[in-house]
Amino acid sequence: MVGRKKRKGNKTVVNVVLGIICFIWLLPTLGLFISSFRPAADILQTGWWKVFPHQEWKAGETLQLSKDVDLREPIEVNGKTYSDDQLKAGVSEGDHRLIWENRRARTINVQERGWEVKPNFTLDNYKNVLSGKEYKLKLGDGSETVQKGTGLSQAFWNTLTIAVPATVIPVLIASFAAYAFAWLRFPGRKTLFVVIIAMLVIPIQVALIPILKDYTALGLNGSYLGIWLAHTAFGLPLVTYFMYNFISQLPKDLFESAFIDGASHFTIFSRLILPLSVPALASIAIFQFLWVWNDYLVSLIFIGNQPNVQVMSMKIADLVGSRGNDWHLLTSAAFISMLMPLTIFFLLQKYFVKGLMGGSVKG
Amino acid sequence: MSAQAKPRISMKAVLFSLLVLLANIAVHGSIFMFFRDSTLNPLLTAVFAVLWGVFGVYLIYYTFNWAVEQYPEQVRRKVLPFIFVGPATLVLGWLLILPALRTLYLSFFNASSDKFVGLANYAAIFTDRLLATALRNNLLWVFVGTLACVSLGLLIAILADRSSYEKIAKSIIFMPMAISFVAAGVIWKFVYYYQPGDEQIGILNAVVTFFGGEPQAWTSMLQPWNNFFLIMILIWMQTGFAMVIFSAAIKGVPEDILEAARVDGAGEVKIFFGIMIPYISTTILTVTTTIIVFTLKIFDVVMVMTGGQYDTEVVATQFYRQFFMYRNFGYGSTLAIVLLIAVLPVIIINLRQFRKQGGF
Repeated sequence: MVGRKKRKGNKTVVNVVLGIICFIWLLPTLGLFISSFRPAADILQTGWWKVFPHQEWKAGETLQLSKDVDLREPIEVNGKTYSDDQLKAGVSEGDHRLIWENRRARTINVQERGWEVKPNFTLDNYKNVLSGKEYKLKLGDGSETVQKGTGLSQAFWNTLTIAVPATVIPVLIASFAAYAFAWLRFPGRKTLFVVIIAMLVIPIQVALIPILKDYTALGLNGSYLGIWLAHTAFGLPLVTYFMYNFISQLPKDLFESAFIDGASHFTIFSRLILPLSVPALASIAIFQFLWVWNDYLVSLIFIGNQPNVQVMSMKIADLVGSRGNDWHLLTSAAFISMLMPLTIFFLLQKYFVKGLMGGSVKG
Repeated sequence: MSAQAKPRISMKAVLFSLLVLLANIAVHGSIFMFFRDSTLNPLLTAVFAVLWGVFGVYLIYYTFNWAVEQYPEQVRRKVLPFIFVGPATLVLGWLLILPALRTLYLSFFNASSDKFVGLANYAAIFTDRLLATALRNNLLWVFVGTLACVSLGLLIAILADRSSYEKIAKSIIFMPMAISFVAAGVIWKFVYYYQPGDEQIGILNAVVTFFGGEPQAWTSMLQPWNNFFLIMILIWMQTGFAMVIFSAAIKGVPEDILEAARVDGAGEVKIFFGIMIPYISTTILTVTTTIIVFTLKIFDVVMVMTGGQYDTEVVATQFYRQFFMYRNFGYGSTLAIVLLIAVLPVIIINLRQFRKQGGF
């Protein structure tokens, strides 16, 4: 009984500690998310946590001192004396704060503490980062400038154009190969499979320079096709291995009864194996899709600086380099690129986790 | 029909298969050219690409299979497997195996690949200051990053197992794994953001000033500690992976062993180190290797956060710099081979594992 009670006490501690960890884990993303909805000037002036209700000094009545007050001497206000520096920074007096309103005119503002609950939210950041059109931006000091939109929607479609075929092609090719490895006998089968296993963790850097040379010769640089093929090759070992593990575990009777019915391997594969493998296909396809979606290196090398093919990760990395302080653009752009992975993560978590477990060795 | 009889290959079948081969080359060749030179709008390209990806690739298999079926059973049985593995082998050979060998070859040549220099590039890895820094930082990443991910992952897995909101907690910790390193870079750049003056909009500096500290430019000024602030991003992203796998392993520890230990009066800490850790040691090893392999190739984070400036260069970013900016193919290839050598033990372990499991 004592032990049990002790464990219950432990549970509160565990909940609290885990809660703190989760809070820390969530905080960076939360900051990005909230900031992406704040006006550009606000983001740079106050921290994003200020959107939550908090107490703030608010302007109150104005005190006029006599014009000939010497700022180098202690200054008397309402029977108390303060230094010039104190009044510059603001000095608390009970629930009030005294601060220069206009130092030259010798006016002091008596600020009161009040709740600030009405944050400004806007969708402008998203509009501006998605479109390629020019837009007006209000700066912190009230002035306006004209900036050109980032054109992220084009990059979004480019990313999709690259990611979908770069998922479907390797998964299909790998499934055929996995079927052959699992259920067909042919010379060189073992050697070939050993090569595939050896390539599971191969760093893709070892392939980049020669491929780029070939692509330059073939005119494939900066084309969708080149990227699809590159992603197909880099994804193949893993997808083949993953699909082999699944297909080879299917019961043998399945094939025997199909053969008795006179089906060919091709028919068995298309009509029987593929439908049966849907869970495995979904897991590995999600993994490959997110891999390509999130990829930066492969696009950087094979797309280069062709603006009409650029993917989101490149666009965002460019933004970081060239507009590193424009947080209204960076936050909304980053969040747009996260939308797809997060949607998949929350809707298809089961497959997602399975695919990641199987695919964790990739690189 | 006797199986011993020499299979008769009809002229018609040979003709058919030649035709199929040529037709495939023609059709896919022209699609290839179409995509290479296409100026369509991206949405249409995407739709065509998906159609080609799904049906086109499937049709290759379909037509070749059809051609093979024109042959007698014995020939068919021998040829069919190669149709199934053929495309995979071709793609792998052209875009992975051959390039790897060519890179190895290039690593023995000078910057413009026209003079044999032996092992000079490899020696430069340790003597050239840029390359040596990259190597040092990469080791730091591997060591600190992996250690932190594994231990934090284990801790959180155990806490989550005993908490009353396991699922939500695990989702929160795991979520960063879904997003790209580039997006994570932006997220953390904002956390570390520094501006001169009192008002800090980066939360780290806001916390530091709140406690009376001096705000810092975390990722640039504090060398060499700035590397740790970059590694933090890896920890934030990869701990979830370790946690999910450990969490599954922990649930596999039999309850009666734990109960027996408790009856014997063992404390939770003792149970953790005495029973749990040994029980899941294989899992710990696997997770550790996986994260090491992953960390070795770290690239995006460094590129986005510092671009390799302020002494944060790692091997992969240095590879990119040598290859793309300095056009030094010798150094570039050598760095790639260094990465390959670093993962070699893992490749050997994988192969051994495969053989132990019975191969085929």
